[in-house]
Amino acid sequence: MKQTENLSAALPPTNPAAPLPPKPLTAKTLPDDEFFFGHKGCAGCGGALVVRQTLKVLGPHVICALPAGCMSAVGFNFPQLSFANNAMITPFAATASVLSGIEAGLRAQGIKPEDCTVVGFAGDGGTADIGLQALSGAIDRNDDILYICYDNEAYMNTGIQKSSLTPFGAKTTTTPAGAHVHGCLTRKKNMFQIVAAHDIPYAATASIGYLNDFIKKVQKAATIHGTRYIHVIAPCPTGWGTREDETIDLAKEVADCGLWYLAEFEGSQLCGMPGGKYIVNRRPKEFSSVEAYLRRQGRFKQLDENDVQEVIRERDIAWAWLDDLATGAK
Amino acid sequence: MKRFLSGDEALAEGVRLARPNIISAYPITPQTVVVEHLSEMVEQGRLDAEYVHVESEHSALSCALGASATGARTFTATSSQGLLYMAEVLSYAAGGRFPIVMMNANRALALPWNIYGDQRDSLALLDHGWIQLYVQDNQEALDAVLMAYALAEDERVSTPVMINLDGFALTHTYETVDIPEPEQADSFLPPYRTKNKFDFEHPVNIGYSAGPEFNRYYKHAAHWDMVDALPVIDEVEKRFAEVFGREYPGVLEEYRCADADRIIVTLGSVAGLVRQVVDDLRNAGEKVGMVRLRYMRPFPAERLVKALLGVGAVGGSSEASGEASGDDNADDGARSKAPAARSIAVLEKDISFGAEGTVFTNVSSALLQAITCAPSASACGIRDICNFVGGLGGDDISYEQVEGIFALLKRRASIVEDPNAALVDASAEASNAASGAAKAAAHTSPLDPRKKVYFLGIDSLEEGGAR
Repeated sequence: MKQTENLSAALPPTNPAAPLPPKPLTAKTLPDDEFFFGHKGCAGCGGALVVRQTLKVLGPHVICALPAGCMSAVGFNFPQLSFANNAMITPFAATASVLSGIEAGLRAQGIKPEDCTVVGFAGDGGTADIGLQALSGAIDRNDDILYICYDNEAYMNTGIQKSSLTPFGAKTTTTPAGAHVHGCLTRKKNMFQIVAAHDIPYAATASIGYLNDFIKKVQKAATIHGTRYIHVIAPCPTGWGTREDETIDLAKEVADCGLWYLAEFEGSQLCGMPGGKYIVNRRPKEFSSVEAYLRRQGRFKQLDENDVQEVIRERDIAWAWLDDLATGAK
Repeated sequence: MKRFLSGDEALAEGVRLARPNIISAYPITPQTVVVEHLSEMVEQGRLDAEYVHVESEHSALSCALGASATGARTFTATSSQGLLYMAEVLSYAAGGRFPIVMMNANRALALPWNIYGDQRDSLALLDHGWIQLYVQDNQEALDAVLMAYALAEDERVSTPVMINLDGFALTHTYETVDIPEPEQADSFLPPYRTKNKFDFEHPVNIGYSAGPEFNRYYKHAAHWDMVDALPVIDEVEKRFAEVFGREYPGVLEEYRCADADRIIVTLGSVAGLVRQVVDDLRNAGEKVGMVRLRYMRPFPAERLVKALLGVGAVGGSSEASGEASGDDNADDGARSKAPAARSIAVLEKDISFGAEGTVFTNVSSALLQAITCAPSASACGIRDICNFVGGLGGDDISYEQVEGIFALLKRRASIVEDPNAALVDASAEASNAASGAAKAAAHTSPLDPRKKVYFLGIDSLEEGGAR
């Protein structure tokens, strides 16, 4: 692992006359450079992988902003600062608006390098709940920023409380599972649909279990101007009640059993079609067992057969919607 | 160029002359005219700035925060509920030492809903680490923008500034305003340069976490840098007067105070009215005066006490501007006639429910501290009062520190009871100030906040003095 000092000494000059054309990256060809290390993330943290892999793709000239949440809590502890690139903490609700300010500030002064991506990493609560208004504002202005939501399906930093991206049936400390209520009663808010409804230039869903797909989407997003949004599932062993070596498996399985999907939205600006275009990147011919996925996690332990059937029913509705959108776009 | 402008319009002209790179603001009555005018200036190309159409006040200041972190000069404006809505971000801006300048149109807080002027909005946020200035007319509103940037961006200060205009009384009232030429403004206010920003050659982490073992050092620095901004305010105004020919009276303005037996302390636009009443009563032979607080943070305790207790001269810079100066010169001869005791009233558009007006609290505190420095103070039952700041950022307050507080009170008592160390020093200090050693003298005055505020875990409690 390279140290910060060596890394910055090795940086190409800012505003290179001819930026290198991006080569398609895979898990095997990702640079060895590290931009996020020495942090205090839990063992098996999915969110930390999102940040680490994204920064490897985007390179040294990134500026990132992180609101209150797991990644700022584990990454910004003075004097142990864990970002080798420019980075700052933002108010909880302000990921998108701080990103907008950074981008506008660089542009107004004419000091933004060609290969600079202004990127935010916010959790599910920071994105779908308290930060949604600022995100909507940034997409409305089409500010040239990349917003990445690492979704671990609850407020994990404060100790596992329900967010609007907590799935039906999940036990959290504010949706306790008892004899009367079996955990979270609401369904996962559809952030992908919400940002797409803004006709955002580019949006994608991803999973850290499908790393090549995620890398590809980050790389694609980096080449697009305007607001870009990637929503990536990032399991949390601490909050999900799973072993720390299961994170990647779970991130795969949630997509295999159909409770998450890997998709893209190209807005009208990008694809030239009114209303934009939906693309499903991975359509399992046959879903793996939803029950098996749920049963291996402590947070779903209390679910009975009816609850599981309800989860499956919701999954099928979601896929019918997605298939319809993707087909309609062809 | 002289124009007939509202306070909002005058302020917008000041912003144009300050050439911010980024403006991010959200409309709210009675600030709206400011953002309308700035949008228009940007559209017309009269102002080369990026106007970011944020969706809320919270985002307005957050956007300014991000932009400031890139080294951009930034401006925002708000009022009332909008200021409270962005309140969380105020501490980010101040703690990150981002020299953002904000205009606040002072307006009442709901409920009952009310769009008209009062000062509860900004005074409720005195503790958030922003320099707070209250202007009295539209010319001052324009000039304040240029001086606010000069002050905020001064490396020694590096603190955001809030310029307060009374809603409607100033924002929507028209006066003749002299608009400086851009070349003049440029010579006064060079482009913003800072090291407190992102750097692509040497990347930095900005605005991180600092736990109990470090947190107090950041707050200690922020506090003393704000206190030390007091002389910088005078420097900036002096430079402003050299370039533009308009003088301002520093952190506060004294008006016919020298021999007054009654003084009203106030702030903002109502000072114009108070001034008129003072003049009329003076003509009728009554000895009344006014102190107009221009800055609430940093709080000008020392100059306020000197004005109210009538001790010594306070130097030319404190004389009232404009038509007032003639009257004050007339008062100079009457200094020896200062009354043995005087009555003081604080007039403010604010109430801290269940206590009193916040300006009154601040004024009273400064007076109490000064009075307990006097030789006769122990006669009224209180010998000394001082302030210990501990537990910041979760820092522990120890048994030994509490013991140390009692021990220090004991040592201070012996100093305070020395008659030579009392208020008489203030006169000596004032003459020092007149001879140009203001800053050095300020740090040895019994009214020096450095001798009143101790940071536990930083300042020594052993030697009987802070730092």
